[in-house]
Amino acid sequence: MDITLNGQTLKTSAATLADLLSEQGLTAKIATAINGAFVPASLRATTEIRQGDRIEALSAMQGG
Amino acid sequence: MPVFYGIEVESALMLGTAQYPSPAILVEAFRASKAGIATVSLRREQGGGQAFWELIRGLGTRILPNTAGCHTVKEAVTTAHMAREFFDTDWIKLEVIGHTDSLQPDVFALVEAARLLSEDGFKVFPYCTEDLIVCDRLLHAGCAVLMPWGAPIGSGLGINNAYGLRALRAEFPDTTLVVDAGIGLPSHATQAMELGYDAVLLNTAVAKAGDPAAMARAMALAVEAGRAAFRADPMEPRDMATPSTPVVGKAFLA
Repeated sequence: MDITLNGQTLKTSAATLADLLSEQGLTAKIATAINGAFVPASLRATTEIRQGDRIEALSAMQGG
Repeated sequence: MPVFYGIEVESALMLGTAQYPSPAILVEAFRASKAGIATVSLRREQGGGQAFWELIRGLGTRILPNTAGCHTVKEAVTTAHMAREFFDTDWIKLEVIGHTDSLQPDVFALVEAARLLSEDGFKVFPYCTEDLIVCDRLLHAGCAVLMPWGAPIGSGLGINNAYGLRALRAEFPDTTLVVDAGIGLPSHATQAMELGYDAVLLNTAVAKAGDPAAMARAMALAVEAGRAAFRADPMEPRDMATPSTPVVGKAFLA
């Protein structure tokens, strides 16, 4: 299925958010959201990915 | 020293972590500033997030994540939740931007987001204007800190509305007040503290100075001077001159 991860469209066979992050090598500490809604780390393994999902994986960055 | 949601911080200077020429200069500037709080953001992971996070943790300051760039309640609330998990803090610098050029906050969305987040246990530091009614609504929404702008973010224009900031201080004598944004020079930071503000939050003025560490030190001194002046109860200005040297005992030499 096609999903969008951090603005990039990609094909994945991952079933859950945890699978997707592992597939994409996002193993460092991150915070996640799907379609604009926060997904806590504790729910990634049970959160299913669906066709067209917009997924964000964020990390610490400079800020004012 | 300023108290934020029951936590006393050993500096009235809060410093941003953006726009430094290098990570090493960022660290030097923080050391020189003696800032007690560092602001950070969350952005798409592109490989450098972990290293930056380690660097920030090494500063030894408290961390205040922001919702910079958010334009809606939903975006800001989601970002706050992500930040709470990532940075392991319930502090959030709440920014809901309403105007692209001036980065003026959308105060209506800000109050709504502040209410939702406060109800969810966040300790909200709202980036707001100096409007008394907006600030009153923010306090009713659950905020115990207010962070009105001095001038637009990154402008360096200083304290644009000293009257408004003074009125805000007088209206809310017991609320922790921070001038956030617009500080360009140490004199601006001093002025904010002379007005009785509890702290100053700045970033660009230090990061974009020719020598960020030297400017950070100047800001630390400026904040300290302004605070000391406020506590010293300054004289009232007056329009007419009044001789400071005693008239009594002056020799008759005309």
